[in-house]
Amino acid sequence: MANNKQDIKFLSSPNIGKTTKKYCRFKKAGIRYVDYKDPEFLKKFVNEQGKLLPRRITGNSLKFQRKVSVAVKKARILALMPFVTDQYK
Amino acid sequence: MQNQYELMVIFTPILNEDELKRLVGEYVKYIEDNGGELVHQEDWGLRQLAYEIDHKTTGIYHLFEFKAPGSLISELELLLKRDDHVMRFLTTRLDKYAVEWNKTRRERKAAKANEVKETQTEEA
Repeated sequence: MANNKQDIKFLSSPNIGKTTKKYCRFKKAGIRYVDYKDPEFLKKFVNEQGKLLPRRITGNSLKFQRKVSVAVKKARILALMPFVTDQYK
Repeated sequence: MQNQYELMVIFTPILNEDELKRLVGEYVKYIEDNGGELVHQEDWGLRQLAYEIDHKTTGIYHLFEFKAPGSLISELELLLKRDDHVMRFLTTRLDKYAVEWNKTRRERKAAKANEVKETQTEEA
């Protein structure tokens, strides 16, 4: 009857339900300006079709989400980033 | 009152070398003559565009960073609109964080540049 903690095998991982604490990467890293000339960095905030990701997914604070969206739109004007595409990542 | 601006221009890819130099020199001269002061210039060269601009898939990118009075910008943009070598341009006004960021970006690039040079000298 050795049913101590180690022997119990769960069907699924115990921390499925737990949500990791989201944080604003700009506040943490202390970045104050989102540069539109760097498409590699802006790719993190855009999905496969090249559309902007919502705040609840990127985890940005409102102030930096707006800066990111302005930067992405400028990059799109300068053809550094596409308006719409597929498998962009 | 002098603001800091950043102008990114995309030239048509069919320009040859000295044609491009002449054009860039023209704009730099225009900025300098009308009370502006060029801070930094960057040539990204021929680059693939993310989408076609008037049926062309590549363009020559050039970046100007300069201080200028606000009145100069409208004339400069008029010039750019008239010039048919220019496919697209975007002037942005830089706030203090942007100016700071551009400075650190330049330092990082310079640091990387001479790092590469050092590795080359070691190999040679």
